[in-house]
Amino acid sequence: MDFTLKIWRQDSANAQGSMKDYKVTDISSDTSFLEMLDVLNQQLIEKGEDVIAFDNDCREGVCGMCSLYINGEAHGPKKLVTTCQLYMRSFKDGQTIYIEPFRADAFPIVKDLVVDRSAFERIQQAGGYNSFDTGSAEDANNILIDKETAAAAFDSAECIGCGACVATCKNSSAMLFVSAKVSQFALLPQGRIEATSRVLNMVKQMDEEGFGNCTNTGACEVECPKGISLENIARMNREYLAASLKG
Amino acid sequence: MSGILSSSLARKYAMALSAFFLIFFLLIHVSVNLLSVFSEDAFNTASHFMGTNPLIQFIMQPILIFGVVFHFVMGFVLELKNKSARSVKYVKNNGAANATWMSRNMIYSGLAILAFIVLHFIDFWIPEINTKYIHGDTSGLLQNGEGLRYFEELHLKFSNPLRVGAYVLAFVFLALHLLHGFQSAFQSMGMNNKYTKSFKKWTKGYAIIVPLLFIIIALFHFFNQ
Ligand code: HEM
Ligand code: SF4
Repeated sequence: MDFTLKIWRQDSANAQGSMKDYKVTDISSDTSFLEMLDVLNQQLIEKGEDVIAFDNDCREGVCGMCSLYINGEAHGPKKLVTTCQLYMRSFKDGQTIYIEPFRADAFPIVKDLVVDRSAFERIQQAGGYNSFDTGSAEDANNILIDKETAAAAFDSAECIGCGACVATCKNSSAMLFVSAKVSQFALLPQGRIEATSRVLNMVKQMDEEGFGNCTNTGACEVECPKGISLENIARMNREYLAASLKG
Repeated sequence: MSGILSSSLARKYAMALSAFFLIFFLLIHVSVNLLSVFSEDAFNTASHFMGTNPLIQFIMQPILIFGVVFHFVMGFVLELKNKSARSVKYVKNNGAANATWMSRNMIYSGLAILAFIVLHFIDFWIPEINTKYIHGDTSGLLQNGEGLRYFEELHLKFSNPLRVGAYVLAFVFLALHLLHGFQSAFQSMGMNNKYTKSFKKWTKGYAIIVPLLFIIIALFHFFNQ
């Protein structure tokens, strides 16, 4: 397969960036999107040009490193996959593909397609943990948790912190991410202990990082590679309301 | 923003609560207007009551005005904040791939409603205040003293096709605003559970039926001049 690529190039955080055109040819339909970029980078190396910087690590959809806004959608046109799990067979032969970094002022560009998502880490550090020692593994039945609740908490915990929700949101809101992180604790008894301060602190940090507000468009839920649902945002809103009333 | 509205979630609650209030108000408004289709007398009586009852005039009306102003000012504030959270736009963005047009354009449907509210104030509210509180005529009677004036005034306003057209268009925008907004307000307040599916249906019903009734009432008077 052949593709025309329009890729955002930007030398450094403060440099002026722009879209540049590239061509790749003879790409197998079973090539992953990142492998296709590897092929392009190899060509650039052979020509002595600067390679295109993009984030990646596990390449199996669990680490949350890969990003990319592909043809106007975070992680590309397929649902429930990260960019590394996207294959070129999802595109048409000869198609033009736009590749841009995840954009939000809270995610400043480092170089080309690489953005700095440490704002998410700071939100996590503001409350996304239990501060007390949970000890070593106890008997599984010491704390009884019904199947439904356990499954819901696990669903929330699936969030890999990739930032696609922010990139997709017209407001650059981080509420899906933050609500998943709030929920994975809020649903379980151990997480209730610090539930009040957790949600207050995490939302405060989220606001300080400069993410936008939520308009409930639901775009995040559609583009999230892990299928984190809007129910998490509603839960966070409830938690925050209750926490604010408690003070 | 400082104090109680300093957090993003507090602003969401405020937006949703002001919207719930406006939605409740619209229900009352459309009910009174509907009377004008069925009975001139009933409409006149209801209008006179709404226009002269001190509880409604001096408590509910100021609350309503505050609610409307608060809602659209907050809408602008949110829009500005949200826009400034991404200063470099995408070259290619496929917004339709993951969200409805209504949800992405609340500010535009809102602006259309705001333009309508200005027209509506000039049409009805200012003359009403003028008659009642400047000229001190709270009798609600026609100039010739024969019966109440409310139906006459309403009926006459809807003889102008331009005005009727503007009203119809505005209510289409209201429907678009509410198709997303009404269910969104429940989500903002933290309600997303097993009842959400059926609530979404109810809110959709309201969002279509209430604006449609306003449109039908306007057309009814236009065609029955
Ligand atoms: C006066 C002009 C108006 C403007 C400029 C306006 C603007 C807005 C904006 C920008 C939003 C989205 C806020 C967000 O990002 O969450 C919004 C939400 C909403 N508006 Fe309006 N609006 C207006 C009038 C109305 C009226 C008359 C009603 C109802 C009768 C209404 C009902 C709603 C509802 C239900 C929401 C959703 C609230 C939520 O998501 O929590 N609006 N409005
Ligand atoms: S909620 Fe989904 S899109 Fe957002 S960071 Fe987590 S996994 Fe990525």
